Amino acid sequence: MDSQFQFDWQAAINSIPFLIKGIPYTLMISFGGLAIGFALGIIFGLLSINKQWFLKWPATAYIEIFRGTPILVQVLFIFYGLPDLIGGPIDPLTAGIAAIALNSGAYISEVVRGGVQSIDKGQAEAGLSLGLTRSQTFWSIIWPQAFRRMIPPLGNQAIVSIKDTSLFSVIGVGELVRQGQVYIASTFTAFEVYFVVAIMYLAITLSLSLILRLVERRGLASV
Amino acid sequence: MTQIVQMKGMNKYFGKLHVLKDIDLSVEQGEVVVIIGASGSGKSTLIRCVNGLEEFESGRLEVDGQALAPKGGNQQSLAEIRKEVGMVFQQFNLFPHLTVKKNIMLAPQKVKNTSQTVANATAERLLERVGIGSQADKYPSHLSGGQQQRVAIARALAMEPRLMLFDEPTSALDPEMIGEVLDVMRELAKEGMTMMVVTHEMGFAREVADRVIYIHEGQIVEQGKPDDVFDNPQNERTQAFLSRVLAH
Repeated sequence: MDSQFQFDWQAAINSIPFLIKGIPYTLMISFGGLAIGFALGIIFGLLSINKQWFLKWPATAYIEIFRGTPILVQVLFIFYGLPDLIGGPIDPLTAGIAAIALNSGAYISEVVRGGVQSIDKGQAEAGLSLGLTRSQTFWSIIWPQAFRRMIPPLGNQAIVSIKDTSLFSVIGVGELVRQGQVYIASTFTAFEVYFVVAIMYLAITLSLSLILRLVERRGLASV
Repeated sequence: MTQIVQMKGMNKYFGKLHVLKDIDLSVEQGEVVVIIGASGSGKSTLIRCVNGLEEFESGRLEVDGQALAPKGGNQQSLAEIRKEVGMVFQQFNLFPHLTVKKNIMLAPQKVKNTSQTVANATAERLLERVGIGSQADKYPSHLSGGQQQRVAIARALAMEPRLMLFDEPTSALDPEMIGEVLDVMRELAKEGMTMMVVTHEMGFAREVADRVIYIHEGQIVEQGKPDDVFDNPQNERTQAFLSRVLAH
């Protein structure tokens, strides 16, 4: 069977205006989720290195549960499962943001833990010996150094989370992949449309990589 | 004379290891005490107890008139004690994300609420004093080891401590930089600072110390004026240690 397939540039171009409508949703879910995930990551990452077991254990449980289960299952659970519990529907956008937040939060917790633990304990000793309190020592000495080391893995997580939002087409959020599926249903140009969708993801992730590289260079310049 | 540090029957363990055994030691105001001994003898642990970086299990410790409780006790005095006691570390432990000047300004601003202007002026004065006034706006990684250690001394002095602890301050330095750090310490001693110094620099100990203490396996085995300890050690373990370190 020899293939008669030819890439239809016109079909690809025609799909762009429709697909582009998915980008705001993709970005909203990604960055909304990541912003909350970052907050969760700081909280649970710091709790997970606490010496008190009643703070450490719940944090560790959260991290292990959300790292150890697929994000697809997590979002399905939030969207289809949770309404049974709370007795009302959850809109797909909220469910998507919540899934990214909880999932990235677990990974970011590990990034925070690793970053903080990588700082030499002599730094804390120097701060304490100067009379700073534990919290002053942490926030003005340990955290700024740890945060700098966290930038590359945080950027990595952001890229992973952006791509993860593509799975949320299953709950019907009008993000990029969902837009593509809807478009293909009437035009049957799967090859061209998914090609454009892929290019759009690439444009988002490459811009982010570029920004992160600039941030990293500025951050490292002073050390 | 006022006693700045008083230890009575102090014991410290790392797990089962008994690292400090019934330490009795007092340091008077203005006195320079140099602590010598082999690696692992407990000499660093001893001075780290003074500002609470190490906890001790039993005995009494008083710093500048304030008692510091053994492990598990009330540690309320610790904050006050740390304001009065400066420390210089083997690895400098400068803050790499802050400029040299900001390293020095941090503690006065955070702990004593010193204004930016005053903290800045203090930092500049101290940097001049340790001979690196021109490096104020650089980051620590751009300085030599000797310069970094002098910044660390200035940083501790910015809190106007009553006592300075030095934990092997020249052990991480290249040989040609040891002198510049010892010079600063010598000046400090001359100006009357109370100092507890853990070091392997026997020449410095002989010249600057008012009293030399030899520690062996967590016990103070011998102490006295430097000339007495170095030229006429009474204990055979001191003799053995000194013959090893002074041989070369």
